[in-house]
Amino acid sequence: MSASAGSLRRPAAARAGWTGRAAVAGAYAAAAAVLLLGAPALLSDFRLRLLTQFLCLAMVAVGIGLAWGRGGMLTLGQGLFFGLGAYIMAMHLQLSDAGPGGRPSFMVTGSGAPWWWELFRSPVAAVVGIVAVPGLLALLLGLSVFRRRVKGAYFAILSQASAAAFALLLVSQQNTIGGSNGLSSFRQFFGYALNDPVNRRLLFSITAGLLIAMVAVVHQLMRSRFGELLTAVRDGEERVRFLGYDPAVVKVVAYVVAAVFAAVGGAMFVPVVGIISPNNVGVVPSIGFLIGVAVGGRATLLGPVLGALAVSYAGSELSARYESVWIYLQGLLFIVVVAFLPGGLGSAFGALPRPGRGRTPVVGSDEPGPAPAAQDGPSLVNEPEPFGEPVPVRTGEVR
Amino acid sequence: MSRDYLEVRGLRVVFDGFVAVDGVDLTVLAGDLRFLIGPNGAGKTTLVDALTGLAPATGSVRLDGVELLGRKEHQIARAGVVRTFQTASVFEGLTVLQNLDIAAGASRSWRTLLRARTAVPEVVERAMATTGLTALRDRRAGELSHGQKQWLEIGMLLVQDATVLLLDEPVAGMSADEREQTGDLLRRVREDHVVVVVEHDMEFLREYADSVTVLAAGKVLAEGSYAQVQADPRVQEVYLGPGTADPGAGPRAAAGGT
Repeated sequence: MSASAGSLRRPAAARAGWTGRAAVAGAYAAAAAVLLLGAPALLSDFRLRLLTQFLCLAMVAVGIGLAWGRGGMLTLGQGLFFGLGAYIMAMHLQLSDAGPGGRPSFMVTGSGAPWWWELFRSPVAAVVGIVAVPGLLALLLGLSVFRRRVKGAYFAILSQASAAAFALLLVSQQNTIGGSNGLSSFRQFFGYALNDPVNRRLLFSITAGLLIAMVAVVHQLMRSRFGELLTAVRDGEERVRFLGYDPAVVKVVAYVVAAVFAAVGGAMFVPVVGIISPNNVGVVPSIGFLIGVAVGGRATLLGPVLGALAVSYAGSELSARYESVWIYLQGLLFIVVVAFLPGGLGSAFGALPRPGRGRTPVVGSDEPGPAPAAQDGPSLVNEPEPFGEPVPVRTGEVR
Repeated sequence: MSRDYLEVRGLRVVFDGFVAVDGVDLTVLAGDLRFLIGPNGAGKTTLVDALTGLAPATGSVRLDGVELLGRKEHQIARAGVVRTFQTASVFEGLTVLQNLDIAAGASRSWRTLLRARTAVPEVVERAMATTGLTALRDRRAGELSHGQKQWLEIGMLLVQDATVLLLDEPVAGMSADEREQTGDLLRRVREDHVVVVVEHDMEFLREYADSVTVLAAGKVLAEGSYAQVQADPRVQEVYLGPGTADPGAGPRAAAGGT
C-alpha cells in the first residue's frame, strides 16, 4: 500500500539510485510495517517480549556503529550510558509504583527517597533525564577526553573503566539503589499495567518505533557532510585539524548520539525485562554490546542492528541448551570478526552490492558501482598512523 | 597597495634540549614563490610544523600583522595558514570529491554539515579542474597514484580559503611531466597567495623559485635569488657543494651538531 506512492515517483528515484527520497521513505515504511504489524501478529507473547528485549540492545548497537564504525572510537563502556538510562527509568517506575510521596519498597532505612530519586518522580522529568543525564555526561567526558587527544586503546580502556566504576558504585549503594540486586518488580509503565499482554505489545511498538527512528538519525548523519567528516576524522584526525576543524567537536557529537541511544535502549530494557542490576551495566555487558556490531559490520548502517539481533537471538537459543558453549562461541566469533573480517560477517561474501550502506548521493554523477563505504578498517581501534612518522608523538603532546 | 605577508621573527623550537629551529627570521610576501632548502635535519619541516601549530615554538609568527603563535592547529588553519605533508595524507576511504569538499568546508554551519551535499561547491569544481582530477572525482583517494594523491593534496590547499600555503616536498616522487605541471600551478597560485615550498629537488628549485631561503642547523644561512644563494660560499659549503646532486649525502653531520 505504502509502496505504491513510491513507485509513482519512479523516474526521480531511479535517477538518484536507491538513495532517492521516495525509495528511502519506502524502505523505512516497509521496515516499520514488518516490525510493527508483522511481528506482533506472528510471534507468541513470549517471543515478542524476547524480541523487544533484543531491540533494546540493538539501540545500543546503532549508536556504537556510528561512534566506532564511522568515528573510530572504540566505545567499550556503553554499559555506563545504558545503565544510566535504565536506572533513571527504574527509579521512576518504582516511585510511580509507590504512589505520590511514597518510597520504593526495598529501602529499609530512612524516611523518604533521596533527593536524586525525587528528581525523576514526574514522568516528564524521567524522560528528560533519560536523555539529558547520559547526554551531558557524554558531552563532558567526551570533550575532556578528546580535547586532550586521548584516543585509540587509551580511549577504549578509559571508557571501559568508567563502566566498571559505575557498576561498582551501584553495588556499593545497597540501600539507595538496590546494590547488586538492582531494581526490579515494576508493576506499571507510565500508568499502563505491565502484566497486560496488550500493553506489552504497546511496549514493543514503542521500542520498535524508537529503533527505526534511531536508524533514520544515523542514516542521515552518515550521508550528510558530517558523516564524511566523521570518517575523515577516523582515518586522519591530525589531517582534519590542519583543514581547520576541531576533531574533538566532531567526535563528541557522534559520542553523545551513541550515549543517548544506549541510554534510551537501557530505559526501554527496564519495563521489558523487569529488572536492572549492576550485572547489566558493567564490563561484560559493555563488551557484549560490541560483539553484535562487529559481527554485523560496524561501518554499515544496518549491520550493527542485524548483528546485535542475530547475536542476541543466537545467545538466547544456544545458552538455554549448551550454556557454557555459548560464552566461548561468542568470544571466538568476536575474535574472528575483529581479526579477519573487519567489515563484519557480511564482508565474507565478497563485494555483494547491498543496500543500507551509508552511500553519499552525488548529484549529477553517474556513479556506477556501490560506493564502498569505508568499512575495511584494519584494526580494532581504526587508527592508522596519520602521515608517516613524526606527527603525533612530538614532545609536549598529551597522550 | 597591500599584499598579504607572513612575518616570522626569532622563531625557536626546542625538543628535549635539542634546538631544532634557532631564531629564524623570515618574511614572505604574496607574489613571491619562496623555496626553503637545507640539508637533512636543518629544521625545514620543523619550521613548517611550528608555523602551523604542530610543534611548540617561541618567537613570533604574524600573518598580515596578526600573531598566530600559540594558537591551536585548527585555529591557525582557519586564520589562513595551511599546509601539505611530506607523505600524502589524503583521506583514503573517501572519494576525491569528498576529500575536497571537506577541505573546503571548515567554516560550514551545523545546519549545512548535517545535510547531504546537494551540489558540488564552485571552489571544489575549480580545484578539480586545476589539478586535473575532475574525471576521478568519484574515485576513492586510496586508489589514486602517488602523483595524483599529491595533486589532491594541493587541491585541498586550494579550496581552503587560505592566505599562506606551506608545501612540504610537493613534487617528491613525481614524474618530470607532473613536476612541470605542479610548478606551473604553483606559479599561478603565488599571484594571490603567500607560498612557501620545502624542497629537495634542485632542478625544480632552479626552474621555479623566485627566491630561496637556506636553512642549516636551525638557522637561516642565506636568502636571495637562486643565483645569489648558489654563489654564497657558506651555502656551497654546507649544501650545494660543487657537483653535489644528492643534498642529503654530505652535510648531515654538520647540521646535526648544535
